[in-house]
Amino acid sequence: MSDLLESPDEVDLRAGVREMLAAECPWQSVLAFVSSGGEAYDQKLWRTLGTGMGLAGLLVPEAQGGAGAQWRAAGVVVEELGRAVAPVPFLSSAVVATTALGAGGSPALLGQLASGELTAALAVPYGLWKAPRLLSVAGGVVTGTVRGVADALGAGLLLVPAEDGLYAVEGSAVRRTRVVSLDETRPLCDLEFAAAPARLVASLEAVPCALRAAATLTAAEQVGLASWCLDTTVEHLKSRYQFARPVGSFQALKHRLADLWVELTQARAVVAYAVADLASGGEDASVAASLAKIVGSEVAVRAAEECVQMHGGIGFTWEHPAHLYLKRAKATSVAYGSPDRHRARLAGLVDLPLEAS
Amino acid sequence: MASLITEADLRDRISAFLADHDPAAAAGGGDAERLAFLRARFDAGLAWVHFPAGLGGLGAGRVLQVVADEAFAAAGAPDNRPGRIGIGLGMAAPTVLAHGTPAHHERWLRPLWTGEEVWCQLFSEPGAGSDLAGLATRARRDGDDWVVDGQKVWTSMAHVARWAILLTRTDPDVPKHAGLTYFVLDMTAPGVEVRPLRQLTGEAEFNEVYLTGVRIPDDHRLGDVGAGWKVAQTTLMNERVSIGGGALPREGGMIGVLAKAWRDDPARRTPGLHDTLMRLWVRAEAARLTGLRVRQQLAAGAPGPDGSAVKLSFATLSQQISAAELDFLGDEGLRRDSWAMSRPEEVDFTGRDAGYRYLRAKGNSIEGGTSEVLRNIIAERVLGLPAEPRVDTRVAWKDLPR
Repeated sequence: MSDLLESPDEVDLRAGVREMLAAECPWQSVLAFVSSGGEAYDQKLWRTLGTGMGLAGLLVPEAQGGAGAQWRAAGVVVEELGRAVAPVPFLSSAVVATTALGAGGSPALLGQLASGELTAALAVPYGLWKAPRLLSVAGGVVTGTVRGVADALGAGLLLVPAEDGLYAVEGSAVRRTRVVSLDETRPLCDLEFAAAPARLVASLEAVPCALRAAATLTAAEQVGLASWCLDTTVEHLKSRYQFARPVGSFQALKHRLADLWVELTQARAVVAYAVADLASGGEDASVAASLAKIVGSEVAVRAAEECVQMHGGIGFTWEHPAHLYLKRAKATSVAYGSPDRHRARLAGLVDLPLEAS
Repeated sequence: MASLITEADLRDRISAFLADHDPAAAAGGGDAERLAFLRARFDAGLAWVHFPAGLGGLGAGRVLQVVADEAFAAAGAPDNRPGRIGIGLGMAAPTVLAHGTPAHHERWLRPLWTGEEVWCQLFSEPGAGSDLAGLATRARRDGDDWVVDGQKVWTSMAHVARWAILLTRTDPDVPKHAGLTYFVLDMTAPGVEVRPLRQLTGEAEFNEVYLTGVRIPDDHRLGDVGAGWKVAQTTLMNERVSIGGGALPREGGMIGVLAKAWRDDPARRTPGLHDTLMRLWVRAEAARLTGLRVRQQLAAGAPGPDGSAVKLSFATLSQQISAAELDFLGDEGLRRDSWAMSRPEEVDFTGRDAGYRYLRAKGNSIEGGTSEVLRNIIAERVLGLPAEPRVDTRVAWKDLPR
């Protein structure tokens, strides 16, 4: 059975990332980021995280300058980024795009991704949960559209799944239209490839693994997000007085938060299991990824919704950060397949079909 | 030194033990052979390996208990029928170990572990359920003895138990938590009367225990006079660990029963029930993985609060899953095996028929701390939220409304 507890190294990594984010990415700066509405991501923060702390290469093979499939470490980083709703393309570039390239992908590209100098995005819709639609490449150019791609706006490179492999297209060669997104901390954009020059950089072999990793690591992000919502709500209820007593002493609220804590505790165990499974080669990867995505999505949305509700009026304002978490929670719930879609998939995987076979 | 016992050391000791004590002969022999084997295993420190040396253990890490249990099971050795002596193993033993004297350890722990002496727990009363500290069973000092009068309820195994852990009120003039004292009671003493308590499933797992002028030697007290609440915390924390904390494979619990019914009977499937099934399957698997993580925390010697999450979700899930099974089975689910009154010594929540499972699960959110009390405990002790304003903690117990 895989180890579901954190190692001392992972505990240290978590503390280091959390400390950096507290200094570089307080919620006030995230709120300012979404209020300005112009940037694709927080470039200064990305430089600190990806290049400065050297975390962009956690999943890049060691031969290409990375740390070599450090899935558990990546899970820790993603969870902390979720806690801070940090607007950086770690998940999309350092996890999904990097994994999609696979160990056989272009060494030069992997090296650039490992350094954090280049970010890439897999050109698939954020809500994708089945095999991606494959674009056509002919004569070294790609033509077609992909709607609603996460973190593609600022990506230096787009990785396009096509019929005969994964192609790289320079970000500047694509017409990118920013979508006014439910979650502006991770803005979507529509891509239009009009005979854009494309070069083959990898087979499609690793794309399914990238999508499973996307679901699993999104769940890790959701655990971080939910834990911020729970912690913040608990602190608020301890200090907010109504009827001459702390609001948090009312059982009507306490019991809901106790249930939320139970759900979060379970999500933490499920995500630990799914990440550990990725780390050990993915024997149970399909089941584990769907399980994690369902449980993570449910707890994130519930935690964020409870956070807004239990903050009362202040939680409904633009000035309070609760809405940043609510929007991220709901968007990640849809990302890489909503819970219902994963339950449908899981039914097949564990031999509990609706229809008789 | 605890840390010096490695897994390899333990396996060596078990191999040496099994070379001297034939497990197959013990398993195939009568009660005497079985008991001799279990006593020898205890004396070799291979019973509960995390207990101290000389008391059935080696002072080893908890993680190694699984190694020992699996090694003995694999050798075909007889076990101590843990399902029958769960109260003793899970609650009485840790309390006796933590709060008893060396003489108590010597007298009680070995026959407890071997199953020669069954233990029961005399805590709840008709007037003290969730509010355990409000209990009324009175113990009065009389020379070297205490004399006990009162009524206890929800006592499993009382009809076969040799010993009981007993919580009593020794001082009604102080606030309720301060006036309690904890004893070990001889269930064969005069004045102890056990009556079966028939439950809504038809049988009686539990008993009512009436105590009338029962004498307990002061020597059978655990902890100081007035320190009963503190001693009881040891018992209760272990109770919450032992209910619903077992390691199961995927689909190992109640969800496996529902999944099998689903696979076996395609004609009964509906889209609505399919959605329910998959939601429950996911929650059950999440709860199972949480249980595994809790066990890993315990094994690593860093028990966290996650155990209370396991008990709470176990109760909710068994109720929802067993209810879904009845819905799925339709009128076939309405046929029961029997309503006959019996007094079972072992209980299988996933056993018998769907009606039994549905009904028995109703107890899961009441026994061992109601789900409502557990939510308060999580909210206050884990999350640190303030308690509701209380009217009962600073007044002498005798002056409380009841």
